[in-house]
Amino acid sequence: MFENVSGKLYDVMRKIRGTGVISEKNIDDALKDIRMSLLEADVSYKVVKSFIESVKQRSIGEDVLKSVSPGQQFTKMVQDELASFLGDKNSGLDTGRRPMLYMLIGLQGSGKTTTAAKLANYLIKEKNTPRVMLVGADTYRPAAKQQLEKLAAAVGAEFYTEEHDDPVKIAVNAYKSLETKAIDAVIFDTAGRLHVDAELLEELKKMKAAIPFTEILLVADAMLGQESVNVAKNFNDAVAITGIILTKMDGDARGGAALSMKHTAGVPIKFMGTGEKTDRLEPFYPERIASRILGMGDVVSLVEKVQQSVTAQDAKKAEEKFRKANFNLEDFLEQLRQMRKLGPMEEILKMMPGGAGLSNLNIDEKEMSHIEAIILSMTRRERNHPEIINASRRARIAGGSGVKPERISRLLKQFAQAKKMMKSMGKRRHNIPNFGGDFPGGMGF
Amino acid sequence: MRRPTPLNSRPGKNLKMEKNSFVKPRGFLEKLKNIFSSGPAREHIEDVEEALIEADIDLEIISGILEAIKRDKISDYEGVKKLLKDIFSDSLNQPSVAPQALKKVIILCGINGAGKTTTAAKLSGIYAKNGGKVIFAAADTFRAAAIEQLEAWAKASGTRIIKGIDGGDPAAVVFDAVKNAKNGGCDMLIIDTAGRLHTKSNLMLELGKIKKVVLKDYPEDEIDTLLVIDANTGKNAFSQAKEFNESIKLTGVILTKFDSSAKGGSIIRIAHELRLPIKYMTYGEDAGAISVFDPQEFVDKLFD
Repeated sequence: MFENVSGKLYDVMRKIRGTGVISEKNIDDALKDIRMSLLEADVSYKVVKSFIESVKQRSIGEDVLKSVSPGQQFTKMVQDELASFLGDKNSGLDTGRRPMLYMLIGLQGSGKTTTAAKLANYLIKEKNTPRVMLVGADTYRPAAKQQLEKLAAAVGAEFYTEEHDDPVKIAVNAYKSLETKAIDAVIFDTAGRLHVDAELLEELKKMKAAIPFTEILLVADAMLGQESVNVAKNFNDAVAITGIILTKMDGDARGGAALSMKHTAGVPIKFMGTGEKTDRLEPFYPERIASRILGMGDVVSLVEKVQQSVTAQDAKKAEEKFRKANFNLEDFLEQLRQMRKLGPMEEILKMMPGGAGLSNLNIDEKEMSHIEAIILSMTRRERNHPEIINASRRARIAGGSGVKPERISRLLKQFAQAKKMMKSMGKRRHNIPNFGGDFPGGMGF
Repeated sequence: MRRPTPLNSRPGKNLKMEKNSFVKPRGFLEKLKNIFSSGPAREHIEDVEEALIEADIDLEIISGILEAIKRDKISDYEGVKKLLKDIFSDSLNQPSVAPQALKKVIILCGINGAGKTTTAAKLSGIYAKNGGKVIFAAADTFRAAAIEQLEAWAKASGTRIIKGIDGGDPAAVVFDAVKNAKNGGCDMLIIDTAGRLHTKSNLMLELGKIKKVVLKDYPEDEIDTLLVIDANTGKNAFSQAKEFNESIKLTGVILTKFDSSAKGGSIIRIAHELRLPIKYMTYGEDAGAISVFDPQEFVDKLFD
């Protein structure tokens, strides 16, 4: 039932938008759904409460009810408020002073070691700081140092550690070694520890007292539940963190923990990890995560992804077809191929507005190959006018593509449905003034 | 009896395998007790909701609980406690949960950082304690130094380990390990797989392949396919369990990092909806910090 919260929210907002009329009851209904959506996204109970309160206040203060397009204004307000809860803008690393000294801390398994390598890679490739040193100060987890050493070699960073069990000593000696080394940035990788482990928090305090860190970054899993508040609070109380890095954002967690932690610690979320490879570190964009948490899809990222892999000309052509809905199987094939260039369909769909509700939709990549084969076995005329496909044509196409004839009927039906959907999307476009502009791509309500 | 030596014992942190050997940092729903000291339950419905939400319990289960409180006009803490205990025990005591029997093969899977490798080491401790001979298969060939990590545990406990090379085919490692286990008179094969997000279909297929390799030599009922879940995880835990279950057909779940103050309430929906037993829980970094999961004990502890 609650899995469809984003769908429900979508409905409520569409209703508001469709009629252009908004009442206090509408707003209350919408807020109720937003509340459930946020809780389902693992935003902490108390943070949800204060968020809803603040939206309510603003909707009264801004006189949403009397504005020209109240539905749209309300939607935008919720978005804005959430984005501002998440931090106003993406703030990068503090790179003011050389050498930069960054310490990564967090729970076990949050992704500190991998993130250390990603940060090093980012500094080397994008920040023009080629001389980066990774310090292996996790003396607890077996082979943690070896892991960091291998990753350091892979990204072209120096590696420092010592063969004993005193992490504070390793960190301090690494810091001291800078006197004789030409290094731009040092990243200290620490052992994972629970936020309720006083003894190990003490160890972090010792490191902080001994080394003038530029930043102390909390590495946190996007899948954290309600505990995220305590995680952020306790680490922040212990060593005053300066930022948060959110990991495993390539999963399907909605990432409500981001909101809770930002709100609790009052520090910016600086990056997010989006894959296992060392180049999968992205700047954090509050407005994108805002829509993801609300279950509205990450349209901005989708647009960017499309822009990366589809040429402007292709896109224009497709858009034209889209609007006129004179879309044929030939175009479908082309779209299919373009889509596949973007990556696995499941990931793409999840970025789309309302796509959260499609999470059960199982898209089989093999199935896509079948579809491709079927269309390729059609004549040009059949592709342009699929309605002419009769039983004998169907049998021929089935033979050519190696599937059962029923599969072809199914595809034709699916295509007809898709075409219908496109027609309605083409209409909806009129409500979306500025796709990909500063108001994140008509968040699709 | 051989017990694996903890690699880096921290003073005062040597937890033993016995039951009741650890204490949650904070009582699970201790909050509730305070709530009810000041009036009937119906007046505190919102506070009850808050306590349950903060325990990462599924929203739908919560709404059912709240309705039951209203419907049955439950008015005191004891009443709510009984209702919650009943509901949670029911969910966790699935009829499909057969008594624990030692299986011949354990496949450990889960998302990155859930605690698979450490759990592999801990499980080997349990079986070694029972006099069994264990072999590890280091099938995480992806993460840097994952093999070395398991190797370190293997060395500490004197366990045999079958490994491949970094970046090698994990199914090939498992193939070797299975042959070794069959020929070497071993009682238990523990397969440590690479962490993978449940949304990556290609990696889920790889997991299926690993199981297929095992199935060539062992019947299904001799294999435990266990999902390792971090107790700090929120709603996504269910999504993980669902996807892994669909890909590789799980036989149970292991809840890790339970020494956190996180309540681990997400396992209730997993047990309830997917009918998966929670088999073990772990609560520390020492090799002995693992317990067989006892639903009754878990539920009792919620209200300690």
